[in-house]
Amino acid sequence: MRFVKRHALTAYALLMVGYLMLPIAVVILFSFNQPAGRFNYVWEQFTFDNWINWNDVLGIQDAIVTSLEIGLLATVVATALGTLIALAIVRHRFVGRGATNILVFLPMSTPEIVLGASLLTLFLNSTAVLQLGFWAIFIAHVMFIVSFIVVTVKARLIGFDRHLEEAAMDLGANEWVTFRKVTLPLLAPAMLAAALLGFALSIDDFVITYFVAGGEQTFPVYVWGIARVAVPPQVNVIASAIFLVAIAIALGNVIWEYRGAKRARGAT
Amino acid sequence: MGAFFHRHKGVTPYLLLAPGALWLAIFFVIPLVFLGYQSLQSGLFPNFEFTWEFSNFSDGIRDYHEQLVRSFLYAGIATVACLVLAYPLVYWIAFRAGPWRNLFLLFIIAPFFVTYLVRTLAWLNILADEGPVVGFLRSINVLDEDGRLLATTFAVVAGITYNFFPFMALPLYVSLEQIDPRLLEAAKDLYASPTQAFLRVTLPLSAPGIVAGTLLTFIPAAGDFINAALLGTPGQAMIGNVIQAKFLESLDYPGAASLSFILMGLILLALLVYARIVGSERLTG
Repeated sequence: MRFVKRHALTAYALLMVGYLMLPIAVVILFSFNQPAGRFNYVWEQFTFDNWINWNDVLGIQDAIVTSLEIGLLATVVATALGTLIALAIVRHRFVGRGATNILVFLPMSTPEIVLGASLLTLFLNSTAVLQLGFWAIFIAHVMFIVSFIVVTVKARLIGFDRHLEEAAMDLGANEWVTFRKVTLPLLAPAMLAAALLGFALSIDDFVITYFVAGGEQTFPVYVWGIARVAVPPQVNVIASAIFLVAIAIALGNVIWEYRGAKRARGAT
Repeated sequence: MGAFFHRHKGVTPYLLLAPGALWLAIFFVIPLVFLGYQSLQSGLFPNFEFTWEFSNFSDGIRDYHEQLVRSFLYAGIATVACLVLAYPLVYWIAFRAGPWRNLFLLFIIAPFFVTYLVRTLAWLNILADEGPVVGFLRSINVLDEDGRLLATTFAVVAGITYNFFPFMALPLYVSLEQIDPRLLEAAKDLYASPTQAFLRVTLPLSAPGIVAGTLLTFIPAAGDFINAALLGTPGQAMIGNVIQAKFLESLDYPGAASLSFILMGLILLALLVYARIVGSERLTG
């Protein structure tokens, strides 16, 4: 009885991990399925064909390429804009600082459907300047990613040792050189983390994208369109590939931190 | 460039802000104004006219109160389910997992790495009528011979719960992880039973995480339409489904815009009620 009591929580935790991993396992498993009909819902037979002929379905390659292009572009722009906002908010006291904080916070606490719907009305009412499609998706993604970048970089900036920058200035570097040679390299890990988060958000987004996509298809929009007709196993292949890349990066990070902590302990 | 910054120190923060703030102003604030403008228009696509049509709002509530109530009900149930499911797991990770902490956190985030739509479709596989779960439940008579899980309220709420689970678990973890274990030792030294120590020390100290997790789960859940669309039937339609269909299928922009504002207004109202219950300083702090 005491054994049960002591390990009940551990058992529960492992059970929950199983619950969280179950759909992921199903996605990966069914990427190796050879479905009998148009729908890939019932397990039939193991095959590597879907992985070899991953782009054998009309439109899937274009969709994933579009997703990657928008993800890269939006992430680069949003990381730059977000880092600058974070620098302003953390480093400076100025009129409108509170309002800026609210402006950054609001998009994160607005339901995605409202963000998508409002952007759609903007685009529909200004068709002379702005058209739905690739660049509309890019604009929308930068908009909703920026806030997450600001939050991530801000957290790092708050615990920042300003003595290093002061030392650089004392040694004759001007503010621009100090920024480029001291601040930026120190901020780089936080910016990289923020950019990875931004990229993940961009590549996964469906709701906002769907509203402003026009005829353009990102991978999630493609899946939505095809889900009513027939889901080919290639969709699982792409999703599994994205998952494996993301998990490899995250695991690498976990191991890197673990070793870093170990080395730090060894040094003392 | 450096000299310029040096001479105009007061301008620096605004120069840093300008590009990002402008982007948010043009593509977040102004669209909301357009949405408001659209919500008060009347007429049929594509000839809408601005007529201060406030009846769009009353009509929206009259015609779609069922979907509105359902959205908040589903989101509420899913939020509570997330909290109940996540708390023991996160507690275990924070206090018992030792060196495995980061690995288990990775397990919590992992669903995010699978495209939202695809992981929801995976639940179609799992809950399918011919699938193992339904088969098992039928064999132990929890479900009838032809009973099913797909296309039910259960499937939709379960889908929402799964999809937004990390939003609850991560803030909870952050607040539990910050608790000083010495406080729990102190409670023990003062003869508190484990239950008492949990109720009087751990639970109150994790309150900020519960509040943050609840907000982060509830807000997107109330506006979701993917789970209802893929795992449910029109009988489980939420307000997001109505807004989406009006905007992109029936092209009733004023109706869709007013429903978007009704959704936002109701979320705000729910937040205010929630703030009254948990105390407003916890909501903002």
